[in-house]
Parts: sequence; C-alpha cells; structure tokens
Amino acid sequence: MTRKLQPMVAVVLAAVFVGIPLWMVVVTAGKSQGEALEPTLALPSRWHLLDNLRAVWEQGRIPQALAGSLLVMLPAVTIVLLFGSMAAWVLARRKGRVFAFVYAAGISGIVLPPAVVTIVLLLRQLGLAGTAAGMVGVYAGIYLSTVIFFVTGFVRTIPVELEEAARIDGAGPVTVFWRVILPLLRPVLATATILICLYVWNDVFYAFFVLGGSLDTLPLNLFQVASAGLYLNNWHLIFAYVLVMSIPLLVVFVVAQRKIIAGITSGAVK
Amino acid sequence: MTQAVITPPASSTRPAGVPKPGAPSRRERASHPAWFLLPALAVLGVFFFVPTIFNFVYAFTDWSGFKSEINPVGFDNFTELAGSGTLFSSLRVTLVYALLVAIFQNVFGLVLAVLLERDNVLNRAVRAVFFVPVLMSALAVGYVFQALLKPEGALNDVLGLLVGSDVTIPWLGSTTWTIVVVALIHAWKWMGLSMLIYLAGLKTMPQDVLEAARIDGATPWKTFWTIRFPLLAPAVTFSVSTALLGSMNGFDVVQATTEGGPARTTEILNIFIYRTFGQGLFAQATTMSLVLFLMVALIAYPVIKLLRRREEVL
Repeated sequence: MTRKLQPMVAVVLAAVFVGIPLWMVVVTAGKSQGEALEPTLALPSRWHLLDNLRAVWEQGRIPQALAGSLLVMLPAVTIVLLFGSMAAWVLARRKGRVFAFVYAAGISGIVLPPAVVTIVLLLRQLGLAGTAAGMVGVYAGIYLSTVIFFVTGFVRTIPVELEEAARIDGAGPVTVFWRVILPLLRPVLATATILICLYVWNDVFYAFFVLGGSLDTLPLNLFQVASAGLYLNNWHLIFAYVLVMSIPLLVVFVVAQRKIIAGITSGAVK
Repeated sequence: MTQAVITPPASSTRPAGVPKPGAPSRRERASHPAWFLLPALAVLGVFFFVPTIFNFVYAFTDWSGFKSEINPVGFDNFTELAGSGTLFSSLRVTLVYALLVAIFQNVFGLVLAVLLERDNVLNRAVRAVFFVPVLMSALAVGYVFQALLKPEGALNDVLGLLVGSDVTIPWLGSTTWTIVVVALIHAWKWMGLSMLIYLAGLKTMPQDVLEAARIDGATPWKTFWTIRFPLLAPAVTFSVSTALLGSMNGFDVVQATTEGGPARTTEILNIFIYRTFGQGLFAQATTMSLVLFLMVALIAYPVIKLLRRREEVL
C-alpha cells in the first residue's frame, strides 16, 4: 500500500509546492504588461518572453550585473578557500592553548553575525567603500569561519604519515601543503565552494551596505528592477529578471547535480 | 622503538631536536608553521573582528549621516529605542520568526527526507526539484510569493475554485498571521537543505539495529520514533542550528514580501537596521546591530550546546 502510494505522493508534492511557484515565474515572464498586471497561473495568450528578456537585459543592466557578481564572487571564494585551508591545516595539526583559542576565534563567525553597519565605517576609512575589493574582503571575513570549521575537521581525518613521507623526501611546509594536503582536501573544498558560491551569488543584504549602488550585481539589480516594477506592477519584467538570474545556478546544478547533493550530504553530518 | 617505550631515555642522552614531552617540538613547529594562519587571521581581523569591536563603540555615539563629528552619548540610543518600544518589538518579531522558521524548515525537511529516503530514479529527481528553491535568490523567492499571495493572486484563485466562491484573503496583510506566512516562505526556500541533511543522517543508520527492531515486530511508525529519530540527533543539531542562525540573520525574504509590514509586525532586526541605515541614522542602526549580535550569541551557543548534549545521550 505505502509502496504504491509513495511515488504518487512524492510527485504531487513536488508539482504543487515547487512546480506551481516556478510555473508562475515562467508564464508571467512570458506575458505582456497588460496580461501580467495580475499574475495568475494562466498561460500567456501570446508569448512575449524574448521581448521581456530583452527589456530587462537593458533596464536591469544584466551584462554589468553579471560581470560585477563574478568580479566579487571569484576572488572571494578563492581567498576563502586558500586562506581557510592554510589556517585549518595548521590548526588541525598543532596542539596547545594558543591554537585552541585561535581556532575558537576563527570559527566564531559561523555563529556570530557580522557587524554590517560598522563595516561600512571601516571600509570608508580604508577607502574601500563601494568597491569590489571591499565587498570581497567582507565576504571573505564572513565565510572564512565556515571553511576553517569544515576543513579543520577534514584534515584531522588525514593521517600525518602522508605528510611525513613527503617531508622525509625533503619537502618544506609549503610544498607539503600544496602538493599533499590541498589535493586531498578536494571533496571538502568542493562542498564549501558550492555553499559559499550560493550565498555570495544570491546575497543582497551585505551588498546593500558595502556597494550601495556603486557596483552592479545580479541581486542588487533585481532589487532595483523589482522596486520600480512593483510600483508599476511590471510583474512580467520582475519574473523575466528572476528567470535570467536563476538560470546560471540551475545549469550548474543540473550538470553537477549528483556531485553537489553528495557533497553537501557528506559535508553536513560527520 | 619498543626499547624507547620501556626505558625512556634520560635527558642527557636525548638527541638534539627531541623535546621534553608536552612542549611543542621544534619539528612540529617547522613542519606546521604558525605563519600559515596569518592570511586568514589578517582577513578575519580587518573585516570581521575590528567591525565587531567598532559595533561596541559606535552603539554608544551619535554617529549619523547628518553631521560630520561623532560624540559619545552613553546609553542614549538604547534608552531611546527601548522607550519607543522598537527595541523589544523588533527583538520579539525576530525571535518568533526564527523559532517558526526553525520548526517549519525542519519538519518539512524531515518529512521530505523520510518520504524520499529510498534511492531510486524517481526519488532522486524529486529531491533535485525540492533543492531548486535553495539555489534561487531569496529575494526572487520573496517576489514569487508576493505575487502568489496577493488578494487577487493565484493562491486565492485556486482556493476559490476549490470552495466554489471568491476568496480574497490578504495573506500578507494580517498583523497577526503574516509573520507565520513569511516564516513559511523562508522555510520553503531552505527545506531542501534540511532534507539533504536528514537524508545524510538516515543513510548512516546502523542497519543491524533496524533489522533487530523489524524482527522484534516493531511497526515502522514505532521504529521511527524510538530508534531512527533519536539516532538522527547529529543531523537535528546541524539542521536546527543552521535554520536558527539563518533566520535570525534573515532579511531578503521579509524585504521582498512585506518590507517589515503590515504595521511593522514582520520587522525583524535586519530590516530595521537596513531601514534606519538608509535614513542616515547610523548610530541607531549600529545599536540594533549590536543587539542582534548579543541576541545571537546568547541564544545560539546555549542551543547548540543543548542539542549536542542530546547527541551524547546516545
């Protein structure tokens, strides 16, 4: 009985709870302004999807926003992964009170919220307010803790003997880290990359404070399009933008679906 | 090797480089040098710790966008925010929101994980579908639901078809219930992540224990509550703390659905901080940011400890 019911329940739940909202995004993004005034689940009488995409492409400055998002995300993720792994390796191997304290401080950012308002003050003093560099630093400061936490746990499961072998061959710490440790960290770094890309790509809250309109990113421009669009009831444009913005991540997800789900599940519970 | 264990060498015969037991060896220092910590500590110091310290300083000043000098004002910001009722109402709204999200997200995630536990093509596909909202921007999710939940929106249309008369419930317009609706939207966005966490937990169940329970004639329902759910404790810890932290730091979903309304009944701390910052009231925003910091520190650490203790009972 339950065996036969389960597939049906699963499909119906997915269709109702995820399918309907996504369906509405697609059909509304394809409607003319008049039809989209009241967003419904009905199909558009004529598809205007390409026109709408073209409109948001310009109004939402999508090429600039895409460039801005990448300009911030790529360095932030690289810095977080590299610096976080370096610190985590030493923190996992060295003992003593000082290292325990540094570890506790290093992972405190997982729990403690960043001070968004005073970050702006500090960035102004450093001349980094409104710049990509400032935004990269802020994201790095927020997500380093996550990397240190996950990677330290992972390094502890790597036998020291693997390092010893390289060391006997005359390798210094930099070589050992680069040639032995970093390649072994691949699975945990993959998980961390996915999660941090997800957070940075979709973040709008910290970007409001740090960038404040001086650099385009996809979520910031969505907010602009939507703020103007809600006032004018331009639901067709809002959802066309949502569609464009979600597609890159969806494509990555569809291509690497198995790896992403396996990575997150193995990273989550240890 | 064995000999060294039986007769520890006297200090005079200790070869150079072998330290006293307990002290960090020179070799350990050379092979895992502390300078590897420096880049991470520099970034954390500048972009995380210094702003946090500033938070404790500028919450006690009159910093604002309207004048250039900054003067200390003691607890004025706190008494003002407490006096106007904003402090406690924002705190209460944030706590209620966090609690509701933690409950909804974990219940949905657990139900999905149990429903989709068996590994087959269909279940894997359905899991992927439920993971799509996790990938979407929370802001986008907010706008989608704002459209769905309008009084003349799609949800009311569907309900109207079911009951056979016009339904015009203002889902996002109730000063009592809208916070529940917004928490449900937040939970909807993240339930896919909780589902994955619980699936991982279910996968690591010791099969022999479950087999024993089955042989003893335990019903699936009883097996779930007496064996499988308690064994999920580590997954519960992880998922509940992620949900609590995520919702206490929440912003996007609320901003995109209600902007804190109606009548500020969904104004969580970050919405307040964003709004007052935009008005140039930097000191008030800083004060609320400090309040959020203290609230998260006071709640999250004990909660995580409590959940961890539940794991140890196993």
